[in-house]
Amino acid sequence: MGRILLVGRLAVRDLRRRRVETVLLLLAIMAATTTLTLGLVMREAANDPYQSTRGATNGPDVVAGSAVNPGGRPTELSGLAELAGAPGVVDHSGPYPVTPAELQASGRTSDVQVMGRDSAPAPVDQPEVTQGGWVSDGGVVVESAFANALDVRVGDPVTLGGRSFEVIGVAVTAAVTPYPETSCLVAAGCASGATPEELSGLPAGVLKNPGLVWVTQADARSLSPDPGSLSYVMNLKLADPAEAQAFAEANTRESRGAPRLESWVDIREEATESAADAQILLLFGAWLLGLLAVASVSVLVGGRMADQTRRVGLLKAVGGTPSLVAAALLAEYVLVAVVAAAAGLAAGSLTAPLLAEAGAGLIGRAGTPPMTMSTVVSVTAVALGVAVVATFVPAVRAARSSTVGALAGSARPPRRSGRLIAISARLPVPLLLGLRVAARRPRRVLLNVVGVAVTVSGIYVALILDAFLAADPLAAGVDEAQAGWLRQVLLVVMVTLFALAAVNVVFITWATALDNRRSSALARALGATPGQVSVALAVAQLLPALAGAVLGVFPGGFALFHAINAITGGDGDRVTLPPLWQLLAVVSATVLVVAALTAVPARLGGRRPVTETLRAELA
Amino acid sequence: MSDAADTPVLRARGLRKDYGKGEGAVRAVDGVDLDIRAGETVAVMGPSGCGKSTLLQLLGGLDRPTGGEVSLNGRRIDDIGERALARMRRTGVSFVFQAFHLMEELTAVENVELPALLAGRSPRAARRRAEELLERVGLADRARFLPSALSGGQRQRVAVARALSNEPSVVLADEPTGNLDSAATLDVLNLFESLHASGQTLVVVTHDARIAATADRMLSMRDGALVDETRLSGGTTGRLGALVGLED
Ligand SMILES: Nc1ncnc2c1ncn2[C@@H]1O[C@H](COP(=O)(O)OP(=O)(O)OP(=O)(O)O)[C@@H](O)[C@H]1O
Ligand SMILES: [Mg+2]
Repeated sequence: MGRILLVGRLAVRDLRRRRVETVLLLLAIMAATTTLTLGLVMREAANDPYQSTRGATNGPDVVAGSAVNPGGRPTELSGLAELAGAPGVVDHSGPYPVTPAELQASGRTSDVQVMGRDSAPAPVDQPEVTQGGWVSDGGVVVESAFANALDVRVGDPVTLGGRSFEVIGVAVTAAVTPYPETSCLVAAGCASGATPEELSGLPAGVLKNPGLVWVTQADARSLSPDPGSLSYVMNLKLADPAEAQAFAEANTRESRGAPRLESWVDIREEATESAADAQILLLFGAWLLGLLAVASVSVLVGGRMADQTRRVGLLKAVGGTPSLVAAALLAEYVLVAVVAAAAGLAAGSLTAPLLAEAGAGLIGRAGTPPMTMSTVVSVTAVALGVAVVATFVPAVRAARSSTVGALAGSARPPRRSGRLIAISARLPVPLLLGLRVAARRPRRVLLNVVGVAVTVSGIYVALILDAFLAADPLAAGVDEAQAGWLRQVLLVVMVTLFALAAVNVVFITWATALDNRRSSALARALGATPGQVSVALAVAQLLPALAGAVLGVFPGGFALFHAINAITGGDGDRVTLPPLWQLLAVVSATVLVVAALTAVPARLGGRRPVTETLRAELA
Repeated sequence: MSDAADTPVLRARGLRKDYGKGEGAVRAVDGVDLDIRAGETVAVMGPSGCGKSTLLQLLGGLDRPTGGEVSLNGRRIDDIGERALARMRRTGVSFVFQAFHLMEELTAVENVELPALLAGRSPRAARRRAEELLERVGLADRARFLPSALSGGQRQRVAVARALSNEPSVVLADEPTGNLDSAATLDVLNLFESLHASGQTLVVVTHDARIAATADRMLSMRDGALVDETRLSGGTTGRLGALVGLED
């Protein structure tokens, strides 16, 4: 018991002794856990949105629609009725009438397919209301993605087929693919997800990028100019959903007027197509952030370990066993990791609904993605894993090290690069000192370069995608609302990336300042001004930042963009790569931002009292 | 004697330094008046904690006094800015520390040339001067060694060479032999003797009577104040060495 207490006290004391570092360590791990949480929650939301919608709405296994009915003859319902009784069908809803119409909302006009539904819940395909309520006379329920695209909300007045209605609800369904790839249910035919040029060549009567709305059956029938122009849709539930494809094929008749059948597998394929892009963005964002988090945590642990060596020696000199020493070191990082995991989970779950809600239409999913146990466990495990893996080897090594050796000096003696030292001798004092500061810790410089390069390549790709989505969403295969959402996802990923990169830069500078306490103090004792020492500390960050920024643009960003492009099967040729001035701007902005971020820690590092530092060396 | 020669290199008046505030405040240096003349070697002795190191740091402008004045070559240094202090340190004073404080990743010659580079000398001139100084401290053959490959005494001689890099008006040494055994102490002692002989102004804080014996004057310090001054008719190492039993 006393042992545990001692370990706990040692850990807490050491964390408090280096408050700034502790906070930065916490922030770095937290940025990683937040993104991870966000990624996991969003993956759950975007992974199989269709599946969850299908579950929530009791989606059909097969959707049957009355076929094109030339000549305007009243649609035969007998075919649909037959299907309802076919072997393997256990339940059905409908047939429901569908009519084409024109919808005007907040100054915008769009073709729609109006489906008449019962107010009472249907046993199969009861669309899940995400806002407002379900159909009633005079009220329209709008498919979620379409509502997003049109920017309509519950309570908005709309005109449908020349008559006034009120939007009373927004809902998602698994029976129809979401806007703009909406399944065609009407006899006249539709052109969905089409570009303006494609639309201009269409014959009259064909619906252009139609959305889907639900009204009462009575309203639907009254909106139809004549009963003959109504189409019908029926939702079938099979005993075995896996048989849906086979059922659809077996029951498709070649005869005119026979119903068309679509299995849920086909619908899912179409529905998830657009969500895949968002998933890929998140995936790449998570990747970049993961890399960055690893870089910052490595610097953090490496920096602290060097500092702790002497403490380990002291502990052992007064009788601490190797296991006690290792436990004390591990306990510190485990403590930080647990707090960071909790904070990350909280921040991630607070942010996720914002993203998910905005994308509800796109991913066709109802409600907020849940914080599952597996997400909590994964995030905590990763945070702990990072802490333990990063600490375990150094902790054991420190615990095993000879007491005398640990007491005598630093775990990681500075590196010597003779050539750099010789070259730097020719440079002005701040550069001379800065280059030597950098040369002392090549691994940290490398991590710094990698960190900046990762961030810049993220920014580079974001610039391209953002410009592309803003300029020509339809060419990107999405409608305006979806483009807006993708841009939002992009923004969140970039903001997180940027925040973590900033923490990283500040931390690396801080670690460098701490690591160079003695040589900074010494340089000042030998006549360097505080300003020169501060500039040197900043220069040691700016040189890698410049290298990182350049590498981040090329080959980093260039390769990343082409990787994303290859995976999404996108047409990279339609995208204009940023002009040279923009790339130069990114590089110089990066260097400026890094300069600004390093200013404070570098200044503090340059102003540390000389005598205290040199005196501490004697202790 | 001319006026210039009369102006002390270092001059302190009513020098005071407090650490901390309120109840826990410590007065480390308490009203010290001091004149160090050019070419003089002064030893400061006293029990541990009496404020010797603090006094040296105030004299060298590494730390700022709570009260009183310090002048170097007739110019006040207690009230000038950090940058001016740094410039003053380049050529005015230099330090030799008990813990050597060499840069671990720099070779002996690179350590010695560093102050010259910081002062803006050309790399070539700085290197030439560094090599001369290493020659002078008897370490020409160790110029390319890293400090980790040198003995304590050799490291301290490198540190002394570094302190001489910019021909400072005064060298301040804080227990320069505190970490050395008697053979290495003798090396440093000899070195200080030769500095003394060449007219280098030197202030040495020490617990070692043998070092103190090489000085022109010995100041005794107690509780932050100078309590006694002994004039020594100090001369050569030979006499001294025999006197203190270092040589046979
Ligand atoms: N940074 C500091 N903060 C608080 N008190 C200090 C500080 N530095 C020194 N002191 C106190 O000032 C007094 C003088 O310290 P100083 O180091 O100058 O003594 P010293 O004569 O050099 O001792 P030693 O011979 O052991 O080196 C001591 O009581 C010490 O505790
Ligand atoms: Mg002392």
